[in-house]
Amino acid sequence: MLLEVRDLRVEFRTRDGIAHAVNGVTYAVDAGETLAVLGESGSGKSVTAQAVMGILDMPPGRITGGRVLFRGTELLTLKEDERRRIRGAAMAMIFQDALSALNPVLTVGDQLGEMFTVHRGMSRRDARAKAVELMDRVRIPAAAQRVRDYPHQFSGGMRQRIMIAMALALEPALVIADEPTTALDVTVQAQVMDLLAELQHEYRMGLILITHDLGVVADVADRIAVMYAGRIVESAPVHDLYKAPAHPYTRGLLDSIPRLDRKGRELYAIKGLPPSLLRIPSGCAFHPRCPMARDVCRTDVPPLYEVNEQRGSACHFWRECLDG
Amino acid sequence: MPEPPQEPPHEPEGAVAGTGMGGGMDLAASEATALERTPHGPDGPGGTVGTGGPGPQDRPRSLWSDAWRDLRRNPVFLLSALVICFLILIAIRPSLIAPGNPLQCDLARAQDGPRPGHPFGYDGQGCDVYTRTVHGARASVTVGVCATLGVAVLGSVLGALAGFFGGVWDSVLSRITDIFFAIPVVLGGLVLLSVVTSNTVWPVVGFIVLLGWPQLSRIARGSVITAKQHDYVQAARALGASNTRILLRHIAPNAVAPVIVVATIALGTYIALEATLSYLGVGLKPPSVSWGIDISAASPYIRNAPHALLWPAGALAITVLAFIMLGDAVRDALDPKLR
Repeated sequence: MLLEVRDLRVEFRTRDGIAHAVNGVTYAVDAGETLAVLGESGSGKSVTAQAVMGILDMPPGRITGGRVLFRGTELLTLKEDERRRIRGAAMAMIFQDALSALNPVLTVGDQLGEMFTVHRGMSRRDARAKAVELMDRVRIPAAAQRVRDYPHQFSGGMRQRIMIAMALALEPALVIADEPTTALDVTVQAQVMDLLAELQHEYRMGLILITHDLGVVADVADRIAVMYAGRIVESAPVHDLYKAPAHPYTRGLLDSIPRLDRKGRELYAIKGLPPSLLRIPSGCAFHPRCPMARDVCRTDVPPLYEVNEQRGSACHFWRECLDG
Repeated sequence: MPEPPQEPPHEPEGAVAGTGMGGGMDLAASEATALERTPHGPDGPGGTVGTGGPGPQDRPRSLWSDAWRDLRRNPVFLLSALVICFLILIAIRPSLIAPGNPLQCDLARAQDGPRPGHPFGYDGQGCDVYTRTVHGARASVTVGVCATLGVAVLGSVLGALAGFFGGVWDSVLSRITDIFFAIPVVLGGLVLLSVVTSNTVWPVVGFIVLLGWPQLSRIARGSVITAKQHDYVQAARALGASNTRILLRHIAPNAVAPVIVVATIALGTYIALEATLSYLGVGLKPPSVSWGIDISAASPYIRNAPHALLWPAGALAITVLAFIMLGDAVRDALDPKLR
């Protein structure tokens, strides 16, 4: 297994108390596999990724438990220096908003080249040549000329391509893409997603795709992990999940996608709001919003029940849910 | 004239730059067209020629190049830069415009008015005011420049480290700056410099650096903390950059603008401070030549020989004003929000 996250727990100390952002997340990604981590804002999907990358701001953040195994090596206890050498070279991250994730005062060529000068000890001239190569790779037209341009001179889609090029520069085994297309126009989204999927296939990377967009997931992901209030509530191969969700939260998400065959009817929405991480509801965190909730949901935290070898659901009544 | 490049995707109508056009065309192509810039031909990157009318940029733009463009058109900047260049020139070679010796005085001419060859008249000791005013620029400029450099280096290094690493160091440094802020500058100068016997500019420079760095370190700390929170810093970290690299390459260039602005304005005030301290008799002392000394020496005779006071005081005022105006102009140019 390329990456295994086991029972990861992260909390943040805030003025109002301790925010439990991640409460025992477990997932795994294999080489060449795409895992989509799906969830609303505040569900802990980005924090999990930051903890895996080792770029969590600590303090205020704190990892209170769990393990992160990368090719069998425990990352959480590794020295910062050793982790830094893994970052960028063996695992990399693509950020949501490329405009803010690229340094405005450095040319894109400098920033791409930095990957090679830092990790590979290349000369600046060689690094520049590599940068042009990479920009060609992500299909930026006239790369040789544009390598001297600054990030703000590129369009949103082109910037995200550069971000992708930076992350893939050293052909890492694992890439975490944190909402890579959220900041882009819908038409550009598909192009960037296709590029990412294509490069992933070519390099046989493991890809963790963090998103809240079910539409993006369907085409590219192999597996989906749905997160709610810092927990994985359902984990399944992508087609199984779309066909028959085994958790009422997933069902709610799928039902709230606008569909052509329901044109003119009111769009379904999950009632209520996501819980505050300072006061996560007792029992199943989803019970206040769940149409199927019963007494046991208020008291007992559901474990991730095994639906079959491939899928799990953290709902006491997953059978009912699966049957619709 | 360089023709548009020969790539297949875009047509000669490349000038349509801007608004999205039509639907299902290949993204790469449409973006290429939308972002069309004048290409640097293979015949030389230096000679970029902007043929497209509306496209404002032919070459890469950054905060600094934008700022420079703004500055070049700003009359306030041009005027103050001119004054400052002139000041630096006469500080280095005063004999260029004032060949006389500022220490050669003739008591018989004390307090005399202007006469041919001595346009500013004579002071109470019979020294030529013009020569002394010109030669006084050296002390002021030396103190201003050296003190500002010292303050900027010390203040921004300490401030940047505190801002970047935070924690205990930050708290310690912040309390130390608080203590320095509590010291009244003139009183501190009177106490500290009165025990110094050296008659060079260095004790004054040292004193200003000692009391000046906390101001700069606060500014540097603040702007490093702001820059630190940007996504690109986290991105650089995620791609394996070390702390040193992040600080020097990603944070410093984005945090340096406010430091430059404050330092430029402070330079003017340091010159005024040198004059103040010299006036009070604890800065430079005769036989050094400084505007502060001359203002001090001339002030008892202000009724009989106002010219002996007005010329060095005027030179001081113009110098301080020039640096503060320069700082203002630089601040406006570096503030993207005013653009």
